[in-house]
Amino acid sequence: MSAGEGVLQGLSGVPLALRGPAPARVVAGFGFWLFLLSDIIMFAGLFAAYAVLSGATAGGPTGPELFEKPRVFLETLCLLASSVTCGFGTIAMFRANARAMYLWMGMTFLLGVCFLTIEGREFASMVAAGAGPSHSAFLSAFFALVGTHGLHVSMGLIWLIVMMLQVATLGFQPMVTRRLYCFGLFWHALDIVWIGVFTIVYLGAR
Amino acid sequence: MLGRLSWSAVPFDQPIVMGTCGTIVVVLLALGTLITVKGWWSYLWREWITSVDHKRIGVMYMVLGLVMLLRGFADAIMMRTQLALAAGQAAGYLPPEHYNQIFSAHGTIMIFFVAMPFVIGLMNFALPLQLGVRDVAFPVLNSVSFWLTTSGVLLVNLSLFVGEFARTGWLAYPPLSELAYSPGVGVDYYLWSLQLSGIGTLLSGINLTTTILKLRAPGMGYLRMPIFCWTSLASNLLIVAAFPVLTATFAMLLLDRYADFHFFTNELGGNPMMYINLIWIWGHPEVYILMLPVFGVFSEVVATFSGKPLFGYRSMVAATMAICVLSFIVWLHHFFTMGGGGDVNGFFGIATMIIAVPTGVKVFNWMFTMYGGRVRFTVPVYWTLGFIVTFVIGGMTGVLMAIPPADFVLHNSLFLIAHFHNVAIGGVVFGVMAGISYWFPKAFGFTLNERLGKAVFWCWFVGFFLAFMPLYALGLMGATRRMQHYPNTHWQPLMLVALAGAVVILIGIVLTVAQIAVSIRDRRANRDTTGDPWNGRTLEWSIPSPPPAWNFSVLPSVEQTDAYWEMKKTGAVRRPLPGPFVAVHVPRNTPVGIFIAFFAVILGFALIWRIEWLAALGLLGAIAVALRESWKTDREELIPAREVAAYERSHAPESALATTAVSEASFEVGHTPSVRVAAGGGS
Amino acid sequence: MDMLAEAQGHAPGVDPHEHHGIGTYLTGLAYALVLTVASFWAATTSVVYAPAVPVLLAALAIAQMGVHVAFFLHISSAPDQANNFLSLAFGVFITGVIIFGSLMIMTHLNHSMMPMDELMKMQR
Repeated sequence: MSAGEGVLQGLSGVPLALRGPAPARVVAGFGFWLFLLSDIIMFAGLFAAYAVLSGATAGGPTGPELFEKPRVFLETLCLLASSVTCGFGTIAMFRANARAMYLWMGMTFLLGVCFLTIEGREFASMVAAGAGPSHSAFLSAFFALVGTHGLHVSMGLIWLIVMMLQVATLGFQPMVTRRLYCFGLFWHALDIVWIGVFTIVYLGAR
Repeated sequence: MLGRLSWSAVPFDQPIVMGTCGTIVVVLLALGTLITVKGWWSYLWREWITSVDHKRIGVMYMVLGLVMLLRGFADAIMMRTQLALAAGQAAGYLPPEHYNQIFSAHGTIMIFFVAMPFVIGLMNFALPLQLGVRDVAFPVLNSVSFWLTTSGVLLVNLSLFVGEFARTGWLAYPPLSELAYSPGVGVDYYLWSLQLSGIGTLLSGINLTTTILKLRAPGMGYLRMPIFCWTSLASNLLIVAAFPVLTATFAMLLLDRYADFHFFTNELGGNPMMYINLIWIWGHPEVYILMLPVFGVFSEVVATFSGKPLFGYRSMVAATMAICVLSFIVWLHHFFTMGGGGDVNGFFGIATMIIAVPTGVKVFNWMFTMYGGRVRFTVPVYWTLGFIVTFVIGGMTGVLMAIPPADFVLHNSLFLIAHFHNVAIGGVVFGVMAGISYWFPKAFGFTLNERLGKAVFWCWFVGFFLAFMPLYALGLMGATRRMQHYPNTHWQPLMLVALAGAVVILIGIVLTVAQIAVSIRDRRANRDTTGDPWNGRTLEWSIPSPPPAWNFSVLPSVEQTDAYWEMKKTGAVRRPLPGPFVAVHVPRNTPVGIFIAFFAVILGFALIWRIEWLAALGLLGAIAVALRESWKTDREELIPAREVAAYERSHAPESALATTAVSEASFEVGHTPSVRVAAGGGS
Repeated sequence: MDMLAEAQGHAPGVDPHEHHGIGTYLTGLAYALVLTVASFWAATTSVVYAPAVPVLLAALAIAQMGVHVAFFLHISSAPDQANNFLSLAFGVFITGVIIFGSLMIMTHLNHSMMPMDELMKMQR
C-alpha cells in the first residue's frame, strides 16, 4: 500500500474531496459551523412557536402596545457594530497583533453589554407593567425567543472573556486561534438571528 | 433546603419496585466487588472510562444499549403479562398508574437509550475504520457525548427508586404533561434526562458528519465511500437538523412547568397541538436516524457475503439522500386525526407514500446484489434475510396507514403498535444484531459463536411474529394502545399468543448473553488472526483485529469503491506491512467526559427536585471542568515510528489467502464478480 | 498532516487570502446599515401598500442575512466552500420547513378546531 501521506505532493489538480483528511483548523471550523446551523434550527423551533402563538394574547397586551421601535433600532446598531468590531479583532488575530485584537474584542464586548442592558431593561419594564411571560402564550413565546437570543449573547460574552484570558496566558497558538475563529462565527450568527428577531417580532407586530 | 425531595419519594410501599431496586443494588455491589478484588479499576479507568478512542467509545455505547435493553424488555414482559391477564372483569396485577409509567418508560428507554446508543455505537466504531482515518473529528467531544447519554440513563433509572416516572407516554403530550395534570416529578425526570442525553446526541451528529465530510483517506472521493458511510452521513445530518427541535420543544414544556409560561397550557392562549406538531417534526426524522445506518449495515453485509459489489451503488446513494430530505416533510402523518383537515392531510399522506419508494429501491438493490452471487449463510446474513421479510411487511402497513381515511380507523390502535414494532424490531434490532455479529471480530479479535447466533436469530424472528401479528388483528378489531385492561374476552387468546411471542424473544435475549459468554470462553479457539474473517471488501478489514489505537499504520490510498477488495485483487496487500512508517499522533485520554456527565447528573437531579443550590453547583462544576480541560495544551501523544513498525511486525496477520478457508458454503478468494459496478467517483 | 494545508476546503469565516480584510467588513456594514434603516422605514411608512409590507420586510431581512453570510462569514459558492455552502442551504431548507410547515398546519388546525373557551365550557 502506498503511503497516503507521501502520495499527494502537488495539490493543484487534485479535487478537494480526494486530498485526504483535512487539517485541524478546517475540521474545527466546519464542525462549529454545523453546530451553529443546529442552533439556528433550534431558534427556528422558537420562531415557529412565536409565529403560531403571536396572536394568542388572551385579552392582554399585544405587540404593538409593548414594543418601542427606537429601542430596537439602537439594539440592532449595537449588535451590527459589534459584528464589525469582532471582524476587525479577527483580522488582528490573523496578524498576531495582540494589542489590536484586545482593543477590537474589547469594543465587541462593550457593545454586547450595551445590547444586553437595553434588552434587560425592556424585559424588566414589561414585567413591571404586568406583561411578563406568564400572562399569555404570546408573551411566553416572546420572552422565550428573545430571551434565548439574549442568553446566547450573554454566553458569547462570557466565552469572549475566556478567550481573552486564553490569549493572555497561552498566546496565539493554533488551539487558541481556532477557538477565536469559532467565536467570530458564533457572534456573526447571533447577529443573523437578531435580524430575524427584529424583523419578525418587533417590525412584524401589527 | 432539599426542594421537593423527601423520604416519601422512595416507593417503599411498592413491592415490585423495591424488589427491582434491591436486585439492582445487589448486582452493582457484586460487580463492584469483583472489579475491586481483581484490581480492574485502574485498567477500566485508563482504557475505557477516560478513553477518547472511537472504537472503545463505540463498544461502550453497545454495552449501554444492551443493559438498557434488559430494562426496556422487562417493561415489555410486564405489559404483555398484564394484558394477557386483564380480560373482562379481571384487573390484572398492575394498577393503572403503575401501568402508565411502565409503557412510558418502555418507549422512552427503547428509543432513546437502546436504539440510539446501538446505532451511534455502530457508527462510532465503524466509520473511521471504513473511511481509512485514525479517529473521528472530535475525539474528546465523542467521549463527552457518550457520558452525557449515560447521564440520561442514570436519571431515568433513578426515577425508579426516587420519585416516579412520567405517565404520559414516551412523548409526553400536553396538557397531560403540564404541571396542572402531572404535578409530580415524573415528567421532569423524563424531560431533563432527555435534554441531557439530547446534547450528547447532537454533539455526536456534528462529530460524525464532520468526520465523513472532512476526514477521509486520500483518494476517497464521495462516490468511493462505503455505502454505510453514506447512510451514516444522512443519519447524522438528520441528527443535526432534528435534535435542536426536540431541545427547543422540551425547553418550552420545561418553561411551562417551571416558570409558569403558557406555550402548551389550556389557558391563556396556549396551544397543546403546537407541541404535538413540533415534537413530530423531530420524531419522524428520528426514526430515519435509526433506520438509515441500519440500512447501511445491511448493504455492507449483503455485498460481503454475496461476494459481489453492492448492486446499484449510485442509486443507493440517491435513495439514501432522498430519504434524508423527504423524512422532513412527512411528520403530520403522526397526527392525521387531530383536525388538520383534508388539504394538510392529503399533502402529508402523499408525501408519506412517496418516501416508501426510495426504501423500495434499496430493498431491490439488496436482492439484486444477492442474485448471481454466492451467498454465505452466516449469522449476519440470517439477520439480513429476516429483516427483508419483516421490514417489508412493516413498511406496507405503514403505507396503509399513510392513507388518512384508513388512519382515522387505525390511529392509536394496536395496529399502529404492531406497525412500528414491526419496522423497529425488523429494521433497527435486526440491523444492530447483524452489525454486532459482523463487526464483533474486528472489535475483539475473535468471532462469536455461530450456533448460538443462529438460535438468537430464530428466537427473535419467530418471537416477533408471534408477539406482533396478533396485535395487527387486535387493532383491526378495535383494541387501542396504552390499554391496561379490556372488557372483550374474545381478545384474550390473541393476547396470550402475544405473550408467548414476548417470552420467545426473552429466550433470544438470554441466549444473546449466553452467546457472548460462550464466545469469550472460547475466544482462543475462535481467534481471528487475519483481521479479515469474512473476506471483506472495505478498509476496516485491512487492519489487524482488534486494531491498534491509531487504526492504520500507513494511511491507505484509495482508488475505487470497495477499496480493500481492489487491493486484494491487484495483489497490493502485503503482510507484514512494508514501511516507511511515520510517527503517529494519538489523542490523549481525558476524564473530562465522565466529569462533565457527573455534574450533569447532579444538575439534572437538582432541577427535577427543585434544589436550587445543588443545581447551581452542578452547572458550575460542569463549566469548571470544561474550562480546565480547555486550557490543556498537551493533548496528543506521539507514537514513534519504530513502535508502529514493531507493532506491524508482531501483529502481521497470516496471509489472508491461507486462512480464509471457512467451513461455510465455499467461496473462491479472488473470485471475480460477474456483475461489476462501474468504478465509483472520478477526478 | 499540516502540509496538506489547503486540503478539503476552507473553514467558514476564514479568509485565507486576506486580500479583502477590513474592506469586506466595512462594505458589509454599509449594506447592512442601509437594509436595517430600510426595514425600520418599511415598517412605519404608509407609502407602501399595507399588505405588501410583510413581504418587503421578509425580503429585506433575507437580503441582510445574505450580506452577513457573504461579507462577515465569507461563505460563497466557490468550490472550496462547497461543504459550508451546502450545509447552509440544508439548514435554510430545514428552517423553512419548520416555520412555514408549522404555520400552515397550525392555521389549518385552528380553523378546524372549536374555540378553546367553548371547549372548556363543555368540560363541565
